[in-house]
Amino acid sequence: MSKKLLRISGVNKSFPGVKALSEMQLDLNHNEVLALVGENGAGKSTLMKLLSGIYVPDSGTFEIDGQEVAINGTKHAQELGISIIHQEFNLMQDLTVAQNIYIGREPRRAGLFLSERALNRKARLLFDQINIDLDPKDRVGDLTVAKQQMVEIAKALSYKSRILIMDEPTAALNDAEVATMHDLIRNFTNEQTGVIYISHRMDELKAISNRITVIRDGAYIDTVDTESTTMREVINLMVGREISGNQRPASQTPSDEVVLKVSGLETKGFLRDINFELHRGEILGFAGLMGAGRTEIARAIVGADRISAGTIELKGTEVSIGNPAIAASLGVGYLSEDRKHLGLLLERDVKDNIALSSLKMFSRMGVINDKAMKSTAATYIDKLRIKTPSSAQTAKNLSGGNQQKIVIAKWLVKDCEILIFDEPTRGIDVGAKEEIYTLLNDLVAQGKSIIMISSELPEVLRLSHRIAVMSEGRLTGFLSNAEASQENIMELATQNTTGAVLTPLPASSAQRSTS
Amino acid sequence: MTLTKDAAQAAKVASNKQSEFNTRLRASFQQLLAFASLLALVLFFSVASSNFYQAANLSNILLSTVVTGLLALGTTFVIITGGIDLSIGTGMTLCSVMTAVFMTQLGMPMIVGVLCGVLFGALMGGINGFLVAFLKIPSFIATLAMMMVAAGLALVISGTKPIYTNEVAGFQKIFALGKSIPGLVIPNAVFILFAAAIVAGLLLSKTILGRYTYSIGSNMQATALSGVNVTKWTVLIYTVAGCFTGLAGVIATARLNSAQPAGGAGLELQAIAAVVIGGTSLAGGKGSIIGTVIGALIMSVLTNGLSIMSIPQEWQQVAVGVVILLAVYLDMMRRKKATN
Ligand SMILES: Nc1ncnc2c1ncn2[C@@H]1O[C@H](COP(=O)(O)OP(=O)(O)OP(=O)(O)O)[C@@H](O)[C@H]1O
Ligand SMILES: [Mg+2]
Repeated sequence: MSKKLLRISGVNKSFPGVKALSEMQLDLNHNEVLALVGENGAGKSTLMKLLSGIYVPDSGTFEIDGQEVAINGTKHAQELGISIIHQEFNLMQDLTVAQNIYIGREPRRAGLFLSERALNRKARLLFDQINIDLDPKDRVGDLTVAKQQMVEIAKALSYKSRILIMDEPTAALNDAEVATMHDLIRNFTNEQTGVIYISHRMDELKAISNRITVIRDGAYIDTVDTESTTMREVINLMVGREISGNQRPASQTPSDEVVLKVSGLETKGFLRDINFELHRGEILGFAGLMGAGRTEIARAIVGADRISAGTIELKGTEVSIGNPAIAASLGVGYLSEDRKHLGLLLERDVKDNIALSSLKMFSRMGVINDKAMKSTAATYIDKLRIKTPSSAQTAKNLSGGNQQKIVIAKWLVKDCEILIFDEPTRGIDVGAKEEIYTLLNDLVAQGKSIIMISSELPEVLRLSHRIAVMSEGRLTGFLSNAEASQENIMELATQNTTGAVLTPLPASSAQRSTS
Repeated sequence: MTLTKDAAQAAKVASNKQSEFNTRLRASFQQLLAFASLLALVLFFSVASSNFYQAANLSNILLSTVVTGLLALGTTFVIITGGIDLSIGTGMTLCSVMTAVFMTQLGMPMIVGVLCGVLFGALMGGINGFLVAFLKIPSFIATLAMMMVAAGLALVISGTKPIYTNEVAGFQKIFALGKSIPGLVIPNAVFILFAAAIVAGLLLSKTILGRYTYSIGSNMQATALSGVNVTKWTVLIYTVAGCFTGLAGVIATARLNSAQPAGGAGLELQAIAAVVIGGTSLAGGKGSIIGTVIGALIMSVLTNGLSIMSIPQEWQQVAVGVVILLAVYLDMMRRKKATN
């Protein structure tokens, strides 16, 4: 009988105030993609960090090909053939692709001098081998998220690893990019190797995995064959309760009142002639490929980036929004897609993060009322099922999905008239997604308006009253919820001619320059 | 469902309380450790030299902490935002000169002069803040330039000569004289330092300004995108920090009964050292006033103790440098342990 590629048993790991894993087990066969699923904070990332030598387990055994190993540090894990692609990127933005991949292992001349040429050659060879389309000389900071993800993968594969761990590699990717990623994974798996794959996107588990291991609250639940199991069963194992789900968008129709009108909006060198209206009580979805310009529109509206032409009207009055603080004071909030860099105060605690946008609400004459902050935080911890030992826990100690929930809570507390949510459910588990969808529907029922940018089409389709589709810095069309489908959205998203704008607009939308 | 849910809820609340308590306990334990190193130093010098643990000397130590201590308090704010302020040393000197000018040449009453001295510090801080927040000049460079400007202006305004303030009614009395607690005379200036520390502590921990100070230091972009007017608050924070520089200038004047226009350079580094010893991170986002006070005390206990043991000046500097390294390293280790 052939031995398992990897076998983990009896693993325990505690953090101060949190038992992250208890008696965890898992096994991985050769030539297998094993999906690891569980709710936010279930312990997936922690388990993988143990495997890759970042954390030391309190107890437990790890066997590779039947041989027990003690993993001492990340370097040792690499020597054992274990590579990990983390939930959060770990790339140096100012270095090139090749420099990033071979950092610490640069080919040297005379043992001393770096050879950029040899480095790039080596990288190109690697890309050919694993069939990735990347230029070794590109600066990583200039790449799209999808390409950066490819760099992470190339880096992991460059270690000649046998066990590849991927922690939510597709959270930021759209369907086309996900397919490319899956091809890479299939290429990688063979008789010598195996993959552990963490994802909250249930639809892709069917496509890529052989078996699925489910964990809940740090404990092992079950492992099932992907073929013979429905996703519904997996979800039930995962959350341990029934999930409603799948009603279409907010039942009530939005009012005619226009709360936000964007006309002729342009930014230097990218956005072209953006025109749209947002109605009171509407969820307007924005779909498009990565880099189509959806985030740029959001940033331009809240004044995070400069606009070079066009006007923004709130409830019929033209406004000039120079920075996000002005936007917030006018009742427009923006939740960024990049929680680590633009969303969270990682070193501050949960309640500080939740209250950040609305500190004035929690203070009188500049003095903060900590009690009020704490009780509001507690409400949202409960509402969004944020898994944390207390509201005083430091944000960086929360699991990725729970960090995302904090960012959402921050904007729910702020009570804005218009909310722009950029990939709000990135990294959030299926159960919690439903709660968030319900919350969004409640918000629009109360007369708020929401712009929702998402790369997950099912989500856009489910929530939006209308869907705006973008391609290469332009709006290529609007679809009502009834007429929208994955197909016609993708068609508009890949259209790169000057698309016709379907909503009626005043022809003379004067293009005044602001700021 | 409701019953079990309520029970679960209650259990959760209880366990929340518990772990929150633990977090707090750990935080205060860290501060306790810093305090313990201060005590250890005091103990060491007391054993090493019989002259150390004397009322007069202790009051000396406290008095010598006042100016750097005040500077350190202000600069704690700046450092927590992730910035640095190199202008506080010579800036303090300029404030001292201005205070003397206000009181003597402009003939302001003492209290008004004091107030104007502090406000002048606020003005300088505000300018620093403006350079950093509006013009986006890195704080290191902006305040380095400010440090030189202040040094030059102090000399120009004073005509390079000390300005004496003996004539000013009540000035020296208020700051230099002291209250005697049985066995120990504590100069008023020391009380002012501790009052300033309490104000700074409250500002940092209990007000919006303090919370934004930490937020900006932990992640400026995220704070801005959360709708906080980071530019405005940065200017305010630097202005508040400037008040402490101004106060330090006023006290320095009162202590010497004159404004000495040539000094001040190098004090900024001592203040920064005190802040860093107190566990505030130069990367921003972390730090406390109590830490800074302890840090400042450690610095002056060390200098004082070493002189009392007749260690030559040159070697004192070496020792202080080593202590800074040690203190910061130990603090990092402690934090790492606390999070792992
Ligand atoms: N360094 C740490 N300190 C304290 N608690 C931690 C730390 N790292 C993780 N935890 C806690 O351990 C639990 C498991 O976290 P983990 O990151 O493994 O979850 P996850 O399954 O990856 O969730 P997600 O789907 O949200 O990424 C969480 O409750 C988290 O708060
Ligand atoms: Mg995770």
